Amino acid sequence: MQNLIDGILTGSYISLGAIGLTLVMHILRFANFSHAELLSIGAYAALVCDALVSALTPAFAAKLGPLSLTWSLMAAIVVSMIFTGLSAVVLDRLVFKRVREKGAELSMVFASFGMALVIRNVIGLIFGLSPELYSKDIAFAVVLSRDPLLLVKPDQVFVLLAALLLMLILHLILSRTTFGFSLRAVAENPALAQVNGVNLNRTIMAVWLIGGALAAAAGVFYGLSHQIIPVMGRDLVLPIFAATIVGGIGSVYGAVLGGFIVGIAANMSVLVLPAGYTPSIPFLLILAVLIMRPHGLFGEARA
Amino acid sequence: MIGVISYLVFFATTASILAIAVLGLNLQWGNTGLFNGGVVAFFGAGAYGTLILGGTPQAGHLGGFELIYPLALLGGMVLAGAMAWIVGLLTLRLRHDYLAIATFGVAVAFENLMRNAEWLAGGAKGVRGFERPLRDALGDGFTYNLIFFAGVLCVLICVYLFLERLVASPFGRLLRAIREDEEAAQSLGKSPARVRLTAFVTGSVILGLAGGLYGTFYAFVSPQDVLPTLTFQIWAMLIVGGAGNNRGAILGAFLIWGAWTASGWALSRFAPVEAQLYTGSVQFVLIGAVIVGMLLWRPQGLFPERLVVSQTGITPQKEQGA
Repeated sequence: MQNLIDGILTGSYISLGAIGLTLVMHILRFANFSHAELLSIGAYAALVCDALVSALTPAFAAKLGPLSLTWSLMAAIVVSMIFTGLSAVVLDRLVFKRVREKGAELSMVFASFGMALVIRNVIGLIFGLSPELYSKDIAFAVVLSRDPLLLVKPDQVFVLLAALLLMLILHLILSRTTFGFSLRAVAENPALAQVNGVNLNRTIMAVWLIGGALAAAAGVFYGLSHQIIPVMGRDLVLPIFAATIVGGIGSVYGAVLGGFIVGIAANMSVLVLPAGYTPSIPFLLILAVLIMRPHGLFGEARA
Repeated sequence: MIGVISYLVFFATTASILAIAVLGLNLQWGNTGLFNGGVVAFFGAGAYGTLILGGTPQAGHLGGFELIYPLALLGGMVLAGAMAWIVGLLTLRLRHDYLAIATFGVAVAFENLMRNAEWLAGGAKGVRGFERPLRDALGDGFTYNLIFFAGVLCVLICVYLFLERLVASPFGRLLRAIREDEEAAQSLGKSPARVRLTAFVTGSVILGLAGGLYGTFYAFVSPQDVLPTLTFQIWAMLIVGGAGNNRGAILGAFLIWGAWTASGWALSRFAPVEAQLYTGSVQFVLIGAVIVGMLLWRPQGLFPERLVVSQTGITPQKEQGA
């Protein structure tokens, strides 16, 4: 049971990361291996912003109830989402757009790997290689029940609720607004969407903004649950990809479900396998999905 | 003087082994357009396979079959090929990105397995107890390294000639046809999935061969040798050299390996002591920047693929960004 709960909590940030990735993969048609680095950017941006706000207005540094979260970190999350969204757009302008115009889809995959290396190590150079924490205080877990013993940290509950809230907002945007429709139109057929007056460049920009913002939130939530470290992108890239494949590339709801499946599977695997093997679980899930249902739970076949 | 020469031999041996790997990747990426995100897994399978099959018995993990060396090396290659066959079978029918993600996953899982499975390959301690072939006759010194280098060079030349023949053959033409226009090839009765799988497995066997030689050279392999870094290095070599051009691939391997060792040396020599911890990061930034920079400004590489139009037979035509 404890593993199941931990899995759901892990799943909440993997889902957030996977939503952005699945949108980018659907619309720009390439596997973006640098997406996980957006999570790192978001986590570090929030770290810097949190420190700034706390220093400027000490009142915000007070804790919120049982959480180790402060008002300044709340503000930092919002700022970091905007910052990361914008950096995703800049990244697209500087690198991906230019490679895209040059040619093959697979050059984009190479470029994203290269960018992932650059971003990860530049972060390491700026912030140092040792892990950071948002709060130095020890967050005590709350006992949910004694038999079986279930422990949950208040922060984890916040992470889950916040993630669900973000997903709900995204769902409303995609299903209720003109922008949501134009997004789906571009994914289906970019040329036809343009004929019907959808601005292709602006839609692509919006996808990067949304993907980057959700990645930033995911990065901060990961940082809250574990620690912030330059190589976090390297450890997260495979689970996030597994979530998109399990859910089906292009399906936002699939990515959400896939994220929870990957999170739960990784945490439950500890029951049968030594903990050292956990990083391999996403790969096994990918293989299983490719064998049984190659286009994922909600995906559709596309050449 | 002898120090310099022996270092040069050491450098050239490593670079030649990597060049063999780049040639294998070139068959997959350059000629067939298959993205292999887990180069290091196939390389590692070759290395581990060779050392486990050819090594002396070790307490605590699989190994010590003490096969004669060529057989052990062959076993490593078969292992790499078998792994490629399974992955390829599952992914080659699907969108290109699936192969990229699955092969990347293979590399992560392979490293993870080797690090944790003590019973299989010694876990984090790696595989030891491998006797280098002909060591009794040649000793451990400079002579051995020189002869080993000659052997590696022979293998490199053989692989190069094999691939040149393959690429010029009808099969090579078929590979390029599928890379350029899959449906057109299909309409001529070719099976793109099967041809892709053949190319993917062949390329991976060559990667496994390079891995086997690498393991032999050091007589030791550990999870530290199968980190994703190696994948990036081998890619950078191919992209800089020019995808699709075997000669470019070999030159790229020497160029990038030279730049890598030189930058490592320069950083350890000139960087202040407190910054030494970060030399790895600087090198990674450089290699990432090389990959992205090449894709932005010279996607065809330093030595672009030379496409021969079959009708005219003799006029080589340069093509942009193949």
